[in-house]
Amino acid sequence: MELMYVYTRKRREFGRPCSFSDRPATVEVDIPPDPSMASAFVLRNPVDSAVQHTSDMSEHEVNTERVEVESRGVNHVEGGWPKDVNPQEVEQTARFRKKVEKDENYVNTIVHLGTLMEHCVKQNNAINIYEEYFGEEEMAEVEDEPPSAKTISVISKLPSLFDLLLSKRDPNVIKRMATHLSWHPDACRRVAVAYSSLEFQQNVKDMSFDSYIWDLENPNKPELVLKPSSRLVSLEYNPKDSHVLLGGCYNGQMAYWDTRKGGLPAEVSTVEVSHRDPVYGAIWLQSKTGTECFSASTDGQVLWWDIRKLSEPTETLVLDITRKGLLENALGAITLEFEPTMPTKFMVGTEQGIVIACNRKAKTPAEKIASTYSGHHGPVYALTRNPFYPKVFLTVGDWTARIWSEEIKESSIMWTKNHLSYVTDGCWSSVRGGVFFTTRSDGTLDVWDFLFKQKDPSLSLKVCDEPLSSLRVQDNGCVVGCGSKLGTVTLLEISSGLCTLQRNEKALATAMFEGGAKREKILESRQRELRLKERARSEGQGMELKERPAESPQEGGCCTREDFFEAIEAELQRRGGAKPQR
Amino acid sequence: AEVEETLKRIQAHKGVVGTIVINAEGIPIRTTLDNSTTVQYAGLLHQLTMKAKSTVRDIDPQNDLTFLRIRSKKHEIMVAPDKEYLLIVIQNPCE
Repeated sequence: MELMYVYTRKRREFGRPCSFSDRPATVEVDIPPDPSMASAFVLRNPVDSAVQHTSDMSEHEVNTERVEVESRGVNHVEGGWPKDVNPQEVEQTARFRKKVEKDENYVNTIVHLGTLMEHCVKQNNAINIYEEYFGEEEMAEVEDEPPSAKTISVISKLPSLFDLLLSKRDPNVIKRMATHLSWHPDACRRVAVAYSSLEFQQNVKDMSFDSYIWDLENPNKPELVLKPSSRLVSLEYNPKDSHVLLGGCYNGQMAYWDTRKGGLPAEVSTVEVSHRDPVYGAIWLQSKTGTECFSASTDGQVLWWDIRKLSEPTETLVLDITRKGLLENALGAITLEFEPTMPTKFMVGTEQGIVIACNRKAKTPAEKIASTYSGHHGPVYALTRNPFYPKVFLTVGDWTARIWSEEIKESSIMWTKNHLSYVTDGCWSSVRGGVFFTTRSDGTLDVWDFLFKQKDPSLSLKVCDEPLSSLRVQDNGCVVGCGSKLGTVTLLEISSGLCTLQRNEKALATAMFEGGAKREKILESRQRELRLKERARSEGQGMELKERPAESPQEGGCCTREDFFEAIEAELQRRGGAKPQR
Repeated sequence: AEVEETLKRIQAHKGVVGTIVINAEGIPIRTTLDNSTTVQYAGLLHQLTMKAKSTVRDIDPQNDLTFLRIRSKKHEIMVAPDKEYLLIVIQNPCE
């Protein structure tokens, strides 16, 4: 659209003065906005472009080769003396010194340095810069921090490097499972780990037989290499003599080492009288000489040895629960448990899921087997007594961990829910009676605080991707070592909340265990009563029996349930809120 | 004489365990401690002082080390360096 105003003037009128006149404003053109035209335009956000004048950098990470460090000492000898002065000769040195002292420069320097030094000495004497100015505040009584654990170090066996140094073989990359861990009894800076492969009949060539003792300061190189004649399945430090270690081999032999003498076993038991299957459990006994030990294996035998004479066992026991002593009926033993405070009793966990409690001092072999506890569906991989409540013990097998009381033989008093993966090992905390640890085959370490929560572990940590096979708590209760299927041993430090005794803990834990035991007893007695009544009724003739059918099984069940709930309510009041596991 | 006086004065201060004067080569000239300790201190501190001095100078060539104090759990070692000599005093700061 064109806007044009044509202004015409005749030529002869050019130059004539203009006579302007006023006129009101008129709207010449009115163009209203046309929204439809907006569609032809694209809205553009404010555009900004950055300009920078620096040089481009890129980041790279480099990991250097691991450097082997060794500690060495340095011997100082006197040096710096001029050639004509013999440092050993007192006269010559004295003469030299006197000469220096006469030097003018010396005097000036010393005076100058002296003033400087005096200033600092006086400063030190005037005020102590490291003094505590505000006294320690009272520590809060209740630790509210969530339980946690952190990895201190990971000891990963590097078989290739090590074997290359020692045996000049092709690098051995076959990883073996860390089957057993044992902490050094005094220092707790060392841990002995047994490595073997527990796969059936897997005898790969070149798989090294060594097991190592690691020092925690040096996770790269083992402190000592133990070289048995066959792979070690279990390994234990002697609690009395920390230089002696006992090992059970894959081929059934027993061996013992003295760490002062080196890596070869000091003595090995003879093959004919040893076990015929891998020795899964080997524990030192409490004795005056400190040389007695016993071992158990899946061939169904428990053998007692004196390490001074490993040519034959001092005693044998066949784990036959029918008490006939027949090897054919015997159950294979996977774990062994012994508590030094109860020297005549010990317990064996079997492959069939039964725990056998035995008495060593019984007269006949039949009486040696005191009682059995069954409850697991698979092999009992771990069996430990609670260090604070010796009547209570923990078993780990199939997908659960169970707590038992010695008196109740029918079933466990407490158990964890079924997990998704096998539970491979467990042990009580050495400082807190209500806390225990379990490891699973998906690589998780669980910390259970049974006083706090029974349904779930208080802390569940994924340690590694491969299954964890063994677990041990250090005696101070703060450090836990776990070994995995590929031979990596991880050490974790758990938070102080989980390893310091809380107030009332002893009383609460005792009450909890007793409560569980009482509940089982009540259930058991009720079961027994019902069974008796059933039997009496089925045999039944006679007038008295007319009364009995009135109490049908349903009613009997109701009474049981009521009794049960009453007992539980009473316990709940006492315990104050912990939910019972059912 | 002044030297004696100075050194005696320093030694008399509270908490001072020992005093050593060593020369540029690390030879102890004057000491109040026994020979073996002196030799050890002389050798070690001489090297440390050299290192400290070179460190300070590397960072700023105009700068120079005037004093070195090593505070440890048990005591404090003070070193006053000079071009030719080194004065070392070991003191127990009162705690």
